[in-house]
Amino acid sequence: MTTMPQIDLAGAGVQPATAVAKPKVVARDVNVHYGEKHALHNVSIDIPEQAVTAFIGPSGCGKSTFLRCINRMNDTIASCRVTGRIELDGEDIYDRSLDVVQLRARVGMVFQKPNPFPKSIYENVAYGPRIHGLAQSKAELDEIVERSLKRASLFEEVKDRLDAPGTGLSGGQQQRLCIARAIAVSPEVILMDEPCSALDPIATARIEELIDELRENYTIVIVTHSMQQAARVSQRTAFFHLGKLVEQGPTEHIFTTPEDKRTQDYITGRFG
Amino acid sequence: MVAVFFLALVAIAVAAYLAGRLKGQRLVAAGARLHSLPTYHGLFLAVACVIPMLAVVVAWTPLAPRVVESRAIAALPADLQPKSELEHDARLREARLVAVGQYAGAPSPGLAAAGEAYRSARAAAEVLLLALGIAAAAGGFVWGSRQLAPDFRARNRFERVTKVALIACSAVAVLTTVGIVFSVLFETLRFFGRYPWHDFLFGLQWSPQIAIRADQVGQSGAFGAVPLFVGTTLVMLIAILVAGPVGLFAAIYMSEYATPKFRAVAKPVLEVLAGIPTVVFGFFAALTVAPFIKSTGEALGLSVASESALAAGLVMGVMIIPFVSSLSDDVINAVPQSLRDGSYGMGATRSETIKKVVLPAALPGIVSALMLAVSRAVGETMIVVMAAGLAGNLTFNPLEAVTTVTVQIKTLLVGDQEFDSAKTLSAFALGFVLFFFTLLLNVVALRIVRKYREQYD
Repeated sequence: MTTMPQIDLAGAGVQPATAVAKPKVVARDVNVHYGEKHALHNVSIDIPEQAVTAFIGPSGCGKSTFLRCINRMNDTIASCRVTGRIELDGEDIYDRSLDVVQLRARVGMVFQKPNPFPKSIYENVAYGPRIHGLAQSKAELDEIVERSLKRASLFEEVKDRLDAPGTGLSGGQQQRLCIARAIAVSPEVILMDEPCSALDPIATARIEELIDELRENYTIVIVTHSMQQAARVSQRTAFFHLGKLVEQGPTEHIFTTPEDKRTQDYITGRFG
Repeated sequence: MVAVFFLALVAIAVAAYLAGRLKGQRLVAAGARLHSLPTYHGLFLAVACVIPMLAVVVAWTPLAPRVVESRAIAALPADLQPKSELEHDARLREARLVAVGQYAGAPSPGLAAAGEAYRSARAAAEVLLLALGIAAAAGGFVWGSRQLAPDFRARNRFERVTKVALIACSAVAVLTTVGIVFSVLFETLRFFGRYPWHDFLFGLQWSPQIAIRADQVGQSGAFGAVPLFVGTTLVMLIAILVAGPVGLFAAIYMSEYATPKFRAVAKPVLEVLAGIPTVVFGFFAALTVAPFIKSTGEALGLSVASESALAAGLVMGVMIIPFVSSLSDDVINAVPQSLRDGSYGMGATRSETIKKVVLPAALPGIVSALMLAVSRAVGETMIVVMAAGLAGNLTFNPLEAVTTVTVQIKTLLVGDQEFDSAKTLSAFALGFVLFFFTLLLNVVALRIVRKYREQYD
């Protein structure tokens, strides 16, 4: 690893384009505008397969915006415009021929606030498999639901009350239900937008444990405000500031020997 | 004269307010630390003047006319003195006419004297009222300004008065409702004293004309209300079949698909529909829709009455579309965006998200919107008066003329009526049934809404 920051040819910013062995998602020069506001400047990043990548940075720095670009959730915002290139397994996800519905089946998402549907626990998990026609029979659907709940380490707590409403669970359980719901459609990538910010420390610890287990099967990208959390769960970390990707690299490297002054200031708590 | 009194009231209130505030400001200038702001001192003093002044009016209103009247009667010569209650009222009426100069012909000298006495007594009474009122206000002012002191709690006192005023205003609404319920209830009970309630609720024949002679044909005086209930239900069902789907789909389009720009234009336009007077809808139904249905039906070989339940129901359905769409739109918008995001994030399309997440979540609210629309349709009168007909046919055929509860109430009470016949009283019984039904619908709808609200909190 060189300590000299590479300066890209366009001169748009200092971005060490650290190579990753097996990139799952590759982004190049991504810019996002909300109407007149330029929210994200020339973001280029490689996200490795079967690992946890954390996005950190102060509020409003664009990390959530970039996360939502990866499964095109920004499409639901009318004023939002995305330029640049994002590839999933070498395929351009902003290509006209790509079906956004299929993309989101491959790239699942877990939100900041647990948002179970006002349906039963079973129906919450079965929702995705149903709309994508993943189960041919009731038995198969039962199996998918059970497997997803087990992977989200929720099954033992709810197996006797799968018909109870999902909204009746505790906050931490609701968030694990949302993770189970996302897992149920067998995505390749799971995006998590501050999944623990509405939870207490115990529930947070369980989710973090879960993220570590899920890494074996999925590529995970997590946005977090907690630097401890990023340090605990992620293998790679990217630091965003004022709409720019300032620095990225292996997590221990970012937290021990950051190259950029701003990264150092942020992780030592001098701002943000 | 009344105008003068109230002008004086306003002037005194303003003057007292200014005086109180000035006194408060003087206290501040003198270095005192007030408990309440000078403004509250002013408001307290204004209230201290206005309340006694209004109390004088309240006490005066029942008292003064009696005094004036007894003066007028006393001025009558001995031969004109009334001997009975009826005569007393007649003399008084004449005296009043003389007093205002509208008596037809020349009044007798005795009557003229009574009129003059009436007029002068009333003028004196009015001057006296004004004088008493101002005296009361002055008393209040003196009492109030003695209270004003740095540690006087003017703000708390004034706020207590405000609270009483607020309670009085809400009491007006509640008491009116209670009063209407009881007056309808008592008349209904009187009706059931003359006509058995089970015959009313379950009787199949409605023909409220009561025979005047014993041998009159077709004037049976039957008050079986079932044909009216059936007619009302029929029209209501047709209306809700129109307004339910149209209103709901419009709401779905408005809240989920329409661009903000289109929505900003279309929503107010749709709500204008709610502002069209029902009488306009009524003649639209009677003059345009009903003939159209009749000619279309005849072209298809059906026999259609010129006034039909279908015409009335269709137009009423159009009338209540804005209720359904506007309320449903609010309910659908209240479904949190996070649920939609959750669904989109799973790869659901917009249509799947609406069908499987948004509508189920909004369903209780939509049901209550429909119920409010139904209670509106059941109580609607003008459209059915003009387009549904008057004949109490017991039929479920939408192409025939039917009559509704509201139409019959209107028919029974229009024109000169004696208030002790079963015919007139039956209108109250119908009104009570209608009131009870809509009340039930509203209560159920409100309960559903409350349950729904708890879901996201």
